[in-house]
Amino acid sequence: MNTVDNQLIASTTVAADYLREAEIAEIEHERTLYPDARAVGLEALKIVQKHRGWVSDESLQAVAEYLQLPIAELEGVATFFNLIYRRPVGKNVILYCNSVSCWIMGCEQVKDKIAGELGIGFGETTTDGDFTLIPVPCLGDCDRAPVMMVGPDQHRNLDRADLGAIFAQYREGREQDGR
Amino acid sequence: MTTMTEKTKVEIIIDDVAHQVNAGGNLLQECLSLGLDLPYFCWHPCMGSVGACRQCAVKQYRNEDDRDGLLTMACMTPVQPGARISIADPQAVDFRAGVIESLMISHPHDCPVCEEGGECHLQDMTLMSGHNYRRYDKKKVTHRNQYLGPFINHEMNRCITCYRCVRFYSEYAGGVDLAAQAAHHHTYFGRHEEGALESEFSGNLVEVCPTGVFTDKVFSERYSRKWDLQTAPSICTGCGVGCNTAPGERYGELRRIVNRYHSELNGYFLCDRGRFGTGYVNHAERLQQPQDAEGKTLDAETAAARLREIAGKAIAIGSPRAGNEANHALRRLVGETNFHGGFSAAEQACMDEIAALARDPAFHNPSVREIEQADAVLVLGEDVTNTAPRIALALRQSVRNRAYELADSAKIPHWQDAAVREIAQRERSPLYLFVNGATRLDDVAEANIIDTPSGLAREAFALAHRIHADAPPVGGDGEGNAEQLARIAEQLSAAKRPLIVAGAGSGQVELIRAAGNIARALHKRRGNGGQKPVDLCLLTGEVNSMGLHLLTRPENSLAAALDKLANGEAENLIVLENDLYRRAPHARVDAALNAVKTTVALDLLPNRTTARADLVLPVAAFSEQQATYVNYEGRAQLAWQVHRNHSAARPAWQWTGEFAHFREALNDCAASAPAMARLAEVLPDTSHLPGGGKLPRQPERYSGRTAMKANLNVHEPKQAQDPDSALAFSMEGVPARRDATLLASPWAPQWNSNQSISKFQDEINGPLRQGHGGALLLKRGAGGAGFHPVAETDGTTGIELAPAWQIFGSEELSARSEAIRRRMTDAYVAISPELAAGHGLSHGAAVNVRGENASVTVLACVRGSMPAGVATLHASDRDIDFHGLGARVSLAPAAGDTPAAQALDRGLGELIVSDLAREG
Repeated sequence: MNTVDNQLIASTTVAADYLREAEIAEIEHERTLYPDARAVGLEALKIVQKHRGWVSDESLQAVAEYLQLPIAELEGVATFFNLIYRRPVGKNVILYCNSVSCWIMGCEQVKDKIAGELGIGFGETTTDGDFTLIPVPCLGDCDRAPVMMVGPDQHRNLDRADLGAIFAQYREGREQDGR
Repeated sequence: MTTMTEKTKVEIIIDDVAHQVNAGGNLLQECLSLGLDLPYFCWHPCMGSVGACRQCAVKQYRNEDDRDGLLTMACMTPVQPGARISIADPQAVDFRAGVIESLMISHPHDCPVCEEGGECHLQDMTLMSGHNYRRYDKKKVTHRNQYLGPFINHEMNRCITCYRCVRFYSEYAGGVDLAAQAAHHHTYFGRHEEGALESEFSGNLVEVCPTGVFTDKVFSERYSRKWDLQTAPSICTGCGVGCNTAPGERYGELRRIVNRYHSELNGYFLCDRGRFGTGYVNHAERLQQPQDAEGKTLDAETAAARLREIAGKAIAIGSPRAGNEANHALRRLVGETNFHGGFSAAEQACMDEIAALARDPAFHNPSVREIEQADAVLVLGEDVTNTAPRIALALRQSVRNRAYELADSAKIPHWQDAAVREIAQRERSPLYLFVNGATRLDDVAEANIIDTPSGLAREAFALAHRIHADAPPVGGDGEGNAEQLARIAEQLSAAKRPLIVAGAGSGQVELIRAAGNIARALHKRRGNGGQKPVDLCLLTGEVNSMGLHLLTRPENSLAAALDKLANGEAENLIVLENDLYRRAPHARVDAALNAVKTTVALDLLPNRTTARADLVLPVAAFSEQQATYVNYEGRAQLAWQVHRNHSAARPAWQWTGEFAHFREALNDCAASAPAMARLAEVLPDTSHLPGGGKLPRQPERYSGRTAMKANLNVHEPKQAQDPDSALAFSMEGVPARRDATLLASPWAPQWNSNQSISKFQDEINGPLRQGHGGALLLKRGAGGAGFHPVAETDGTTGIELAPAWQIFGSEELSARSEAIRRRMTDAYVAISPELAAGHGLSHGAAVNVRGENASVTVLACVRGSMPAGVATLHASDRDIDFHGLGARVSLAPAAGDTPAAQALDRGLGELIVSDLAREG
């Protein structure tokens, strides 16, 4: 008589080949924090996105197989959250608030200025791959609206700011890093 | 679900009127039980409440003096004794109108071209909530649709985000490939990428979706509105469960199958074989005229006379896929001694054992509803998903009883669906599967015991002994995994309502005997205090396997018939709706047919047996005739004729000329076979119908009556008469209402969709007055039999052969339906990776399977979970001599360029199992 571990039946090779050691290590760490693999799904997507910039179809499949989750369910998680990117994004993601406070404080004009500086609208990436512009409902900084985030940094009072200078920092940052 | 809740009645006041309702229920369900009109979307009678759509808002008042009240969601509000609520309160009405208006914001104005139109819950609720004019004038959200396979159309733009689809598909039916994606106004219900929906129950999305997101693709191709379909209450002929269906016909074609509610059997759901597997009725090759061996057409009278002429010296072989009346008429024509069952040798042995156990007072054969109530289940050798799919869906519900226990301990009502799931997490009542490999129920099983058929039987006998010492022990190394068996024995013994499932599909009588021993051990263990019978569900293969068995003498097997024929003991042979080549070794069938003077075959489609017949008589399909069938429980049910067949095809009982009317055939069957004594109970009492009148098969709004045949003749033809039933082939008569005698397709004022079924239930999920639940034929005897001795190992070695069943392809007739064919695999033999490697076979390669008297070429299907000692063979619709192979086989690679190998062009791509060995 042999008994079968249902978890093992569906084991595959795709995930093992695709995910990198560092990604697997981080996912395994997350796994220790939750009682159920389903809860690790979102964290795993964030980890893959951190390493690869976005979550491709292949990444999604690899994570689903690695965690033994139905891929349709994981896709539901991936597409539910705005900040899991299912399409490639630029090196810097601009999260630009167009919610009520920022709107009152003139974010529409700021958006036009961004378009002037970078030549992109919502959901678009600059041709050099440096920036992607994504709207976000609120960044929690309403007293200094209009607000946006570029990468990890919050930029406030954008109606008075020199957007060109802000974006230049990130371009320079890239050059300094030699990336 | 509601069966688990308290049924104490309490008084509540709805719009100043006092009503008695079930304590412990929710307000929505109780309002609907009372027949009140309260709109809803996300609630479903079988899936409880989640409070997502906000459509069922009512006003609740604190007491008699409270004039303001509070808006509350009826589906989420428990009934409190003395509660005062209002459906008609203007604020509640206004709130509901606002909800529907926002739900409808992006809904397209496409009702005229939508398949759901006319039976759409969303249309009904929109009208009921008073949302008549759209104020929203902005751009609507639109979606891209997906290809979801041959059964289901996808039109996401119509979605109102009620989540009923995923709640059914994944939570209720266990499907993993349909999920909610994205969020807020662009929420999307689909697969992660295009492809056929994998669940065997995907067709229920058509009925679960309140609007036209998921529609019946097969029906779409030859579409009619609900009100233009001629309908009658029918029974699914896809397997032995006997689900109730409502087929719809237009222009002489069977257009679709929808569920017909039966509180004890199928409830609200069907499987995809049942729903999409009846296309064969419209098959271009349907036999239409009597034919002789040369294919020359005969007139019906000559042919019928010829049948009667040869019957005197004939043996007849009955059919498990034909009704009792057809089998009985043939039995009467040739005499009981010359009437033989049409089962394979293995199935005959299983059926004999099943019929014996079905009369044993120690056991109870549970209905589908009762299966859902089991709190510990053992499935022995049966691949239930593929042999009796509706029961697999019920087993999936049984594991939730642990969740209900936990909910009870936390005082959560069972209808609080999300809360019950939340408290249970992954806790489940135990389900143990003794199988040859991975199955589609593994995800809810506590453990799979995987072994060869003989190994499974040994372990099952050992398990019985562990449960009660009186059960015979297994000698030798019977118990490979004592620890696990001990755990299973403990769980089954501790359960309040344990259930053992086995069936003829395994083809292994020892497994059925072992199942009997386990159930008997459980019964003995209960002791004299509680002599309650133990649930022992024994599945039969085809729609009337049980009926045929009851009509056949024990010694009159198919094998005995073939022997008699080969030995010249009978001159002629009459075969009723049966392809003998599917039932017996081909050489033995050939020997019998060669020895016979005249063979008459009655069937509806050409097959290998009709090809050898000297006279072929065309018979009516299930929807073209009235018949009774006996399901796995021994429940006889009546399937009414839905439409007429305009060719010479007729019910087999008519061909025999024994009876002038259906009732005569039925009553004579009941009178002449003791086991059938209660058969007449399936006939409803229609004596009270006004003016001895008839009930219409066509809805009141049936259109085109005077025009639909105008291309043939401008004179309106006389309406066809139906002398055999209380139904008329017209729209005249008394349409079905709550207290009507018969109900095919439910309809109530303001309720055009299938949700109108609540208007016919005395309470939600309760029985229908029109249900005619059928008649349970089998009487249990006084004294139970004893334990069966443990099977001796026969000492032979080699690879054990067992059948592999497929929901799409194993059943003879549905396998000839176009939609089903698109989901069928080719013939294959499933083997373990070790066996494959040992024989130089790779997945998908052609392989010769050699047995005792036959050798067949099929595709190798390599499955990681299988043990090495067994091969399971699926014949699909290929000419495979399964029974010629015997019990043990050997394998050898087949040259890929032989005609036999090249004919296997369908591949294995449609196979949905979790353990396929991947290529490369």
